[in-house]
Amino acid sequence: MKIHEYQAKGILKKYGVDVPRGEMATSREEAEAAAKNLFAAGASGVVVKAQIHAGGRGKGGGVKIAKSMNEAGEIAAKMLGMKLVTHQTGPEGRIVRRLLIEETLHIEKELYLGILVDRAEAKPVFMASAAGGMEIEQVAAENPNAILKQHIDPGMGLEPFQARKIAFQLGLKPQQINPAVQFLTGLYRAFLDTDASLVEINPFIACTDGRLFALDAKINFDDNALFRHSDIRELRDITEEDPLEVEASKYSLNYIKLDGNVGCMVNGAGLAMATMDIIKYAGGMPADFLDVGGGANAEQVTHAFEILLSDKNVKAVLINIFGGILRVDTLATGVVAAAKKTNIQLPIVLRLEGTNVEAGREILKQSELNFTVAETMKDAAEKVVAAARA
Amino acid sequence: MAILADKNARLIVQGLTGREGTFHAKACADYGTKVVGGVTPGKGGSTHEGWPIFNSVQEAVDKTGANASVIFVPPPFAADAIMEAADAEVELIVCITEGIPTLDMVRAWEFLQNRRSRLIGPNCPGIISPGKCKIGIMPGHIHREGSVGIVSRSGTLTYEAVYQLTTRGIGQSTAIGIGGDPIIGTNFVDALELFNRDHQTEVVVMIGEIGGDAEEAAADYIRSHMKKPVVGFIAGQTAPPGRRMGHAGAIISGGKGTAAEKIKAMEAAGIRVAKTPAAIGEAVVAAMGVAVRV
Repeated sequence: MKIHEYQAKGILKKYGVDVPRGEMATSREEAEAAAKNLFAAGASGVVVKAQIHAGGRGKGGGVKIAKSMNEAGEIAAKMLGMKLVTHQTGPEGRIVRRLLIEETLHIEKELYLGILVDRAEAKPVFMASAAGGMEIEQVAAENPNAILKQHIDPGMGLEPFQARKIAFQLGLKPQQINPAVQFLTGLYRAFLDTDASLVEINPFIACTDGRLFALDAKINFDDNALFRHSDIRELRDITEEDPLEVEASKYSLNYIKLDGNVGCMVNGAGLAMATMDIIKYAGGMPADFLDVGGGANAEQVTHAFEILLSDKNVKAVLINIFGGILRVDTLATGVVAAAKKTNIQLPIVLRLEGTNVEAGREILKQSELNFTVAETMKDAAEKVVAAARA
Repeated sequence: MAILADKNARLIVQGLTGREGTFHAKACADYGTKVVGGVTPGKGGSTHEGWPIFNSVQEAVDKTGANASVIFVPPPFAADAIMEAADAEVELIVCITEGIPTLDMVRAWEFLQNRRSRLIGPNCPGIISPGKCKIGIMPGHIHREGSVGIVSRSGTLTYEAVYQLTTRGIGQSTAIGIGGDPIIGTNFVDALELFNRDHQTEVVVMIGEIGGDAEEAAADYIRSHMKKPVVGFIAGQTAPPGRRMGHAGAIISGGKGTAAEKIKAMEAAGIRVAKTPAAIGEAVVAAMGVAVRV
């Protein structure tokens, strides 16, 4: 799960990580009030930052500096409701609904800090780089040696000497080392306590007066751990997500909307990806990734069907099921119920194998619905692509 | 021979009394696996479907001589179940559970270091040595005993590959699903090492997917150590970047972990990579140098 920058900063602040003073605003009035408070507290300027779940906001016009309360209000009025397009949003962009109004700071250095789990080592790893402000992927591609990695022993946690090592390698001044250790330790505690999958501070700044701040902050959470973080679940902003994906998540379905016209419903993530691949190989384009999971029941399959069909680009549907945990007869019952309930007119190609396949095929036959049954994945892909073209 | 799972396995089921646990314990027993009991804390002393239930893995091991465990415990408790089995020195732990928090697995993985147990999974279909033993949730009847070893990050895609082989008259030595999570107990290289030493295995099929760099590490191993032909497939060639494709570990992040990169590394290591999932069977046939029998 993703959250907004202002929410991430709110969490970090609780862990003693310094962030610039600021407030969230959803209207021009709130933005002006926030700016007024910041100027009254001694800020020399304020920055108005669009809050969307995507990076590259500055280049897209979503980060602007104001020198007065009025200017902040004018910028906020223009920014709220605008469609912000960045390299991460795709051409459709995102509507700006929330802003962060923050004090400006005198930056001396822009650095990078990130924490994630290194899959191969099965340990959290700190990534740090003196090349802040740039995307870390770009730094990694151009100069991998510029990234410092510090693995953390999960049983021990971040030790002060490790934090000092990172701080010194980032080129911080001697008087900044202790504050940096506190900053890094807070960051790591936040990562652990919230079951984050990524904490990224880019840039992590050193000011001309020596202070250290998280100028930007990104936290992604491990969806599998949200069951134990009710406070974090409340931070979810569903306006940032695709409505069909939100609907699918209510029924524990893995659905990702894509641009093609061949709808697919598959059990198992690997097979679902492979089904998308073979549709493309057969000359078509998948309209979605939809994994009904290993333990799906008839009701979930019905919901899956409805979600699939709400995408108006879908011209034909491929159902590819290899029954393991999910029994083929269960799926067939769901498919028949859903087809009747939705009164589906689109061509459906089915390819079923595995546990209780005979019972499943019998259910389909008894339904007297117009399904095309395919023998192999290749056969199924070719048939559904042809049907989508017709 | 086969690897890891054979006729000597004495299996306990952690979470036997649950719906999935019951269903699959029966299916494993029907396949011929010696299922010797179950563990459900608080239900010790009772029996379920004729199997004795124990309060702890240690007790189950002491009373039944179990040397393998399969875990169907819900995600919030599954990492703990893995550690409990490892603490009781169960040799082979197969964790089926999907949805375990990553940081729980970080702890479990750490716990497993310097212990005797091998973990398969989590978020996997388990392991089957056709004709000998099934510890997992795969449909047993699609398998056939033979000489092809299979290692895969995906469950149903493994069944697909197995099915293509069996319908061509080609059997399998062992099929092992290593799981779709970012942190797993047994990785490609571990499984490849075992297949490399196994006399029954002549060809290995390796099924990967987007995310991480386990396939690249496997390609390195294969280039320098593998004595047997390897056939590969990578799922997710059409997956968009930055999106988690069902499996917690299947994500292209920061432009890394793409199917194209993996296929390139695998082909460079001499692996025969099937272009589509439907071509895995044919690629194995080519690797074995045997005639197609449909």
